[in-house]
Amino acid sequence: MVAGMMEELCSHVMDIVTNSITAKAKHIEVSITEDHKKGILTLYIKDDGVGMDIDMARRVQDPFFSTKTGRKVGLGIPLLKGTAETTGGSFSLITELGRGSEICASFSLNHPDLPPIGKLKDTVLVLIVGNSEIDFTFRHKADEKEFVLETSVIKNILGDTPLTSPEVINFLINYLDENL
Amino acid sequence: MNLEELKKIREKAQKDVELRQKESRIRIVVGMGTSGIATGAREVLKAFIEEVGRRNIHDVAVTQTGERGLSSQEPMVEVFEEGKPVVVYGNMNAEKAKRVVVEHVVNGNPVSEFAVEVI
Repeated sequence: MVAGMMEELCSHVMDIVTNSITAKAKHIEVSITEDHKKGILTLYIKDDGVGMDIDMARRVQDPFFSTKTGRKVGLGIPLLKGTAETTGGSFSLITELGRGSEICASFSLNHPDLPPIGKLKDTVLVLIVGNSEIDFTFRHKADEKEFVLETSVIKNILGDTPLTSPEVINFLINYLDENL
Repeated sequence: MNLEELKKIREKAQKDVELRQKESRIRIVVGMGTSGIATGAREVLKAFIEEVGRRNIHDVAVTQTGERGLSSQEPMVEVFEEGKPVVVYGNMNAEKAKRVVVEHVVNGNPVSEFAVEVI
C-alpha cells in the first residue's frame, strides 16, 4: 500500500470517515478549508465514535503495524499522514477511548506533490446516502466562499421520508451540483 | 435548488407511502476499506445510488461498510435479499453496478459473471 494509491484528497476523506463509521460514530464532521493567501489546505475530521487509547492511537499511525497485522481499520491514517508531511504540512490525531477521534491534516497548497481535492460532490453524496443513520456536517471553505451541509437539517425537513428515497437522492445530486 | 424544495418532496412522498413496503426488499452493501477506495469503490457506490434515484426504486437500500477482507477482488459488493443466498460481487466498477441494478435488483437474476461468492 503506497501513498500514490490515494490520488485525491477526497479518497483520504472517504477512508478516514469510514474509520469513524467503523468506530460507530453517530455524528461526523468534515471540514476542508483552502486558504490561498496562506497557501494552506486543512482537512479536519471529527467523530463521536468509540475512540482509541494511547497505545492504539500510536499504532494506527505506524504503516508497518497496519499492514503486517492485516488490521482492517486505520490503514488510511498513515497514508494521510504521509501525504500531509510530504507536502510540508502537518498531521495530528487527538483521541480518547469513549470520546471519539479528531484528525487534522494540513497541506501546502503550492507543493507539487499535493493531490487534487478530487470529486468532493460524489464523496459527500455517497457518504450521506450510504450512511443515512449518521448525522454529517460538511464544510468546504475556499477563502471567502463557504458551503455547509448538515444532514440533521435535511432529515428534520424530511420527517418520515427517508434520506435514501429516490426523490431525495435526485434532489441531493442536483443540490450538490449547484451549491458545492 | 434549495432546501425548501425538500418540503415538496416530503409532501409528495407522504402521499405515496401507503403504496410502498416499509422494509427494503434488497440491501446492497459496498465495501469501503482502504483498498476498496483505492480501486474505485466510491464510483461503484455512486453508480448504485444514482441508479436508485434515476429508476425511482423504493425498496432497495444502498449502504457502505468498511473493509471486507478479500482485498484482491475490491471493489466488492454484497447483495442481501430476504430468503435468498447473499451474492458477493467482486472487481466491480460503475458499469457493472448498473448491470447489477438492472439484472439482479430489477429483474431478479443475479449477474453470475461478476459474482465471486454466493453464501
